[in-house]
Amino acid sequence: MPEISLAALAAQLFTGLVLGMIFVLLAIGLSLIFGLMTVVNFSHGSFYMLGAYLGFFLVGYTTSFWVALVVAPLLVGILGLGVERFLIRPLYGRSIDDPLLLTFGLSAVIIELVRLTWGKIGLSLDPPRALAGAVNLGFGMFPTYRLFVIAVTALVLVGLWLFLERTNVGLVIRGGSRDSLMVRALGIDLRKVWLLVFGLGSALAGLAGILAGPMRSVYAEMGVTTVIESFVVVVVGGMGSLPGAIVAGLLIGQVVSMTTFFAPKLAEINVFLVMALVLLLRPSGLFGEAGLME
Amino acid sequence: MKRAVVRAVAARPVLAFALVFAVFPFVVPYKALATQVLIYGLFALGYNLLYGYTGLLSFGHAAYWGLGAYGTGIALARLQIGSLWGALGAGLLLAGVGGIVVGFFCLRRRGIYFAMLSLAFAQLLYFIAFHLADVTGGDDGLRGVSVPPLRLPGVTLALDSSLAFYYFAFAVVTLAMLALKRILDSPFGAVLQAIRENSDRAVACGYDIRRIKLLSFVFSALFCGLAGGLDALRLGVVPVESLYWTTSGQVVIMTLLGGAGTFFGPFVGATTFLVLEDRLSVVTESWPLFIGLIFMAFVLFLPKGIWGTLLARLR
Repeated sequence: MPEISLAALAAQLFTGLVLGMIFVLLAIGLSLIFGLMTVVNFSHGSFYMLGAYLGFFLVGYTTSFWVALVVAPLLVGILGLGVERFLIRPLYGRSIDDPLLLTFGLSAVIIELVRLTWGKIGLSLDPPRALAGAVNLGFGMFPTYRLFVIAVTALVLVGLWLFLERTNVGLVIRGGSRDSLMVRALGIDLRKVWLLVFGLGSALAGLAGILAGPMRSVYAEMGVTTVIESFVVVVVGGMGSLPGAIVAGLLIGQVVSMTTFFAPKLAEINVFLVMALVLLLRPSGLFGEAGLME
Repeated sequence: MKRAVVRAVAARPVLAFALVFAVFPFVVPYKALATQVLIYGLFALGYNLLYGYTGLLSFGHAAYWGLGAYGTGIALARLQIGSLWGALGAGLLLAGVGGIVVGFFCLRRRGIYFAMLSLAFAQLLYFIAFHLADVTGGDDGLRGVSVPPLRLPGVTLALDSSLAFYYFAFAVVTLAMLALKRILDSPFGAVLQAIRENSDRAVACGYDIRRIKLLSFVFSALFCGLAGGLDALRLGVVPVESLYWTTSGQVVIMTLLGGAGTFFGPFVGATTFLVLEDRLSVVTESWPLFIGLIFMAFVLFLPKGIWGTLLARLR
């Protein structure tokens, strides 16, 4: 094995951290939606892709990355509200597979619509000028934009945690994912909460999309492999568990980044091997509770 | 009249299949489409065993289709096996082994987990095939798969014309359908449907449902592997996309369009899908948009599918 410099290793760890943050944002949205309403949203990846495309469009339209960073996730969130209200809601009470099937079809529709609107060729989204270049952190130079992504994700996670732990709505969400029947018996209209959570999860996917846009290429199918990897993150972390989503997201980020460094051909494969290993040793995931939501 | 037809087909599905598909190549615009319908129909049929009858939603059946295709393709193009049966057998073997291994892992979890896991494992196989270019041809696909002559006791037939190959595929698919009918009509088939309806009750009845589910998974993988092997022969090449998630999606769409959990539904679905794709792609490049919308409408308003709805009307 060739000599590996510490700086190169640090850079790779850092890349893994940034990638992990994107996974965390996606996995939290998936996990929140699943935990509360046992719906697997296959179109989550399309919402992620749409976040990046809307970001591209809004940067061009308003010439401000900052406006786009706020508005694109909001628009994706509104789309999520519409999807829950008009497409998912009629399926409650039917087989648990039906929302997955429906959002699978929706995903194909969104991908084709994006191709029709923005063309088949991928786009590139530039980071804002203020975040160009790199910063010296003492032990290496790091791209400013990627540091920014880490900071934004951390902020969002703290905000989300406060929302879930410190607000009444958060309490209802946590209660609803434990025992929705009980919460409804207490006179709470859970349908509003489902709507809200679906919108929130979608907005998080949109945010992940616009954040990832300047780091990865933007193309119509970009969400598909990413959503499958996010499923893996959720499975590894434990379905419905937020700490699980965070730990597993960061772990998978490192797995991808480290194998890209040491054995590039195995980068996509190792993710699945980690999943198989976790399934063998802890079938309910690192933070999942056995028997819960099987 | 229509009801009588539906009833007759439902009563003797394999016979009805044989009668329709004996003349099918002369009904559709071109013969290549007829062969494609047959092979994808078998794929959907195998998928339906797991989803429609056992109630396990797999999003990764590209894995067994692809393994069957690669097994057959590698036997012919790399190992120079000159026997048609040997090549199809190699595909079946690979698909069966894949079914055992993946089934073992996926069946550790139930419900929606199962769907996601099956998808993840299929993607794993896709990436392996993608990177193992020495064996699989990687991104370019496995080229140079030529169809060896069909050897039966006493006769040897060349399958070089598209019509000859169609009737060969027709014979294989008919045999597979008879086998599937036999499986579904057996006590084992009844247990599968019991698991679909209420798996806890099936456990309470004393069935080892994990073993039965795995068996159903492997049977399903074998049917899909056979379909994949036939497709490798049809195309003369195994594209790496055989293992890609889009292939899994196609079989889900076909099965649902036709009617999951009905014997004939998957064939109706495969025919509908392929004819739609064929017609739409002439008109517009965005044909997946329309397939996606039609599929969504079916999930929302017609979850029993075309054939399932016709059958339900009988009652």
